[in-house]
Amino acid sequence: MAQPIIRVERLTIGYGTRALLTDMSFEVQRGEVFAILGGSGSGKSTLLKHMIGLFRPLAGHIWLDGIDIAAAEGVMRLSALRRIGVAYQSGALFGSMTLAQNVRLALEEYTDLPDEAMDLIARMKLDLVGLKDFAESLPAEVSGGMQKRAAIARAMALDPAILFLDEPSAGLDPVTSAGLDQLILRLKRGLGVTFVVVTHELPSIFTIADRVIMLDRSARGIVAEGRPQDLRDRSDNPVVRQFFNRQAGALETA
Amino acid sequence: MGLPATTAALEPGPAEGNAVVLRLSGRLDAYSVGPLWNAALAALDSRASVPLIVDAAGVDYCDGAGVALLVNLMRRPRATGAQVSVRNLRSPFDRLLQQFDPRSFAARGPPPAVHEPLAERVGELGAGILGEGYQRIAFVGESAAAVVETLANPLRIRRYDAVLIAQRLGADALPIVLLIGFLIGVILAFQTAVAIRQFGADLFVADIVALGVLRELGPLMTAIILAGRSGSAFAAEIGTMKVNEEIDALITMGLSPVRFLVVPRLIAGFLLCPLLTAIADLMGLLGGAAVMQTYGIPLVTYFQQVQTMVSEADLFGGIVKAFAFGMLVAWVGCLQGLKTGQGPSAVGLSTTRAVVGSIILLVAADSVFAFVYNVLGI
Repeated sequence: MAQPIIRVERLTIGYGTRALLTDMSFEVQRGEVFAILGGSGSGKSTLLKHMIGLFRPLAGHIWLDGIDIAAAEGVMRLSALRRIGVAYQSGALFGSMTLAQNVRLALEEYTDLPDEAMDLIARMKLDLVGLKDFAESLPAEVSGGMQKRAAIARAMALDPAILFLDEPSAGLDPVTSAGLDQLILRLKRGLGVTFVVVTHELPSIFTIADRVIMLDRSARGIVAEGRPQDLRDRSDNPVVRQFFNRQAGALETA
Repeated sequence: MGLPATTAALEPGPAEGNAVVLRLSGRLDAYSVGPLWNAALAALDSRASVPLIVDAAGVDYCDGAGVALLVNLMRRPRATGAQVSVRNLRSPFDRLLQQFDPRSFAARGPPPAVHEPLAERVGELGAGILGEGYQRIAFVGESAAAVVETLANPLRIRRYDAVLIAQRLGADALPIVLLIGFLIGVILAFQTAVAIRQFGADLFVADIVALGVLRELGPLMTAIILAGRSGSAFAAEIGTMKVNEEIDALITMGLSPVRFLVVPRLIAGFLLCPLLTAIADLMGLLGGAAVMQTYGIPLVTYFQQVQTMVSEADLFGGIVKAFAFGMLVAWVGCLQGLKTGQGPSAVGLSTTRAVVGSIILLVAADSVFAFVYNVLGI
């Protein structure tokens, strides 16, 4: 098997000294869409924030394309960060800049490209997410779905190898959300980007995810790993069964 | 007009065997249940050892509050053979009652007091204060390093942002600085004139206004205006970015929030506070002059008196303070913004902390300056 692009090894994460999720190990292969599933409060966004180096884990390693982001400092850390792009749950676009300026920011900071080149690249990235005509709009002037797409464009500014998406379809209507799924598939096929997606939207999981892991707070870790169809059809784990049976049972036993 | 009057009643009915019957009647809703609540409990407690039947045949309406009244009676622990039952509650209301299992609402005692030994609490507090102090010192270092790095590489400043910040902090504050500066001069002149005129020394009001404004009030009032206008704005802007994950976005893009957000604000505060202070100084002197006019002292005499009294040291002593004050205000605002927690009230809290914190630090810094100037003989 090819070298995995992300390798998480015996990872324990939490707040302060209190461990939330313990002893997690998994690998993400190059070019796949990998989804992190779990109910609300299961720690999936927290796991993501560890994987992008915002938080330091209590123990364990997170190898991003060969660099352990859990331990890297200075130049190594920067070079790991340059290989990833992150689209946050809220979009987190810079409100005082137009969509194009948001996308340009990383280019301006890291490259010596001429102005014209940066402009063109920014517009091309926005074109990838279908927002070419909104390049000069401020984030507040476009809809929530467009903001999320623009955030993906910004995350792709430096052509990262891995894109992390935190709940891309949260708060979107089903049609917009399905459009976003198609966008992810198109980018995966067209650019060969590896995606790590945090989500709890069933339709979107079956559409985009090649493999998933499922987190559970009471089990304090990963309760299942595999292809979503296999988990749905074959898993005998009660947490997984509840999740895929329209998540109805989860409330009853909570 | 008020809410429609609703009435409900609770009265004892004829006993059935050894069981006591309580009759409920009327409209049991959130407005009528209140008066009944304690009466019902008292009736329950006074007959602790016999079964209690609540006859709800007379109830013609019962909502959530009414059901709560019934559940409250049924949830209390009772001796065996002395249970509480409800009967004759009409159909739609009965279904509402069946939704709940009274025993699952068993009355809970007060939560067990968590006893933390004094030493532990003192230790926790101390660790908190130390941690806070460490954070602040680290932030001083980080922002100083970022300022130096930026000065070494001035082209990396985001010019548009820097100009915008400078405009908001400086130019937009001009009207209020003009007004406050003038009024401070007026107030100072009026207040001192009352006493000094008794000695016929009207002219010396000029000395007091000039020294007071140039040395103390000009820089301090300007800095306090900045704390209220810009320190709070910095905390709110940066705090909102933190809540919106924009700070996280910067970090994962490998861009330092300190270099990106704090440095331009620090530089703006450092450069513009002295400028505003100079303007406030001038306005203060004019305010004093205006008052002196009304006492019949001509402008020329007033300014001549100011010139003989005031040295360059007084003027520049105040201006030097303003450099420090401006930096301080910007620094506290940015620090509180970056320290913003999660949730909608966090930004408001940071803003308050920024203003209060900068005013405290301003006065503290001013007293340090007063001491140092005193030693230096300025």
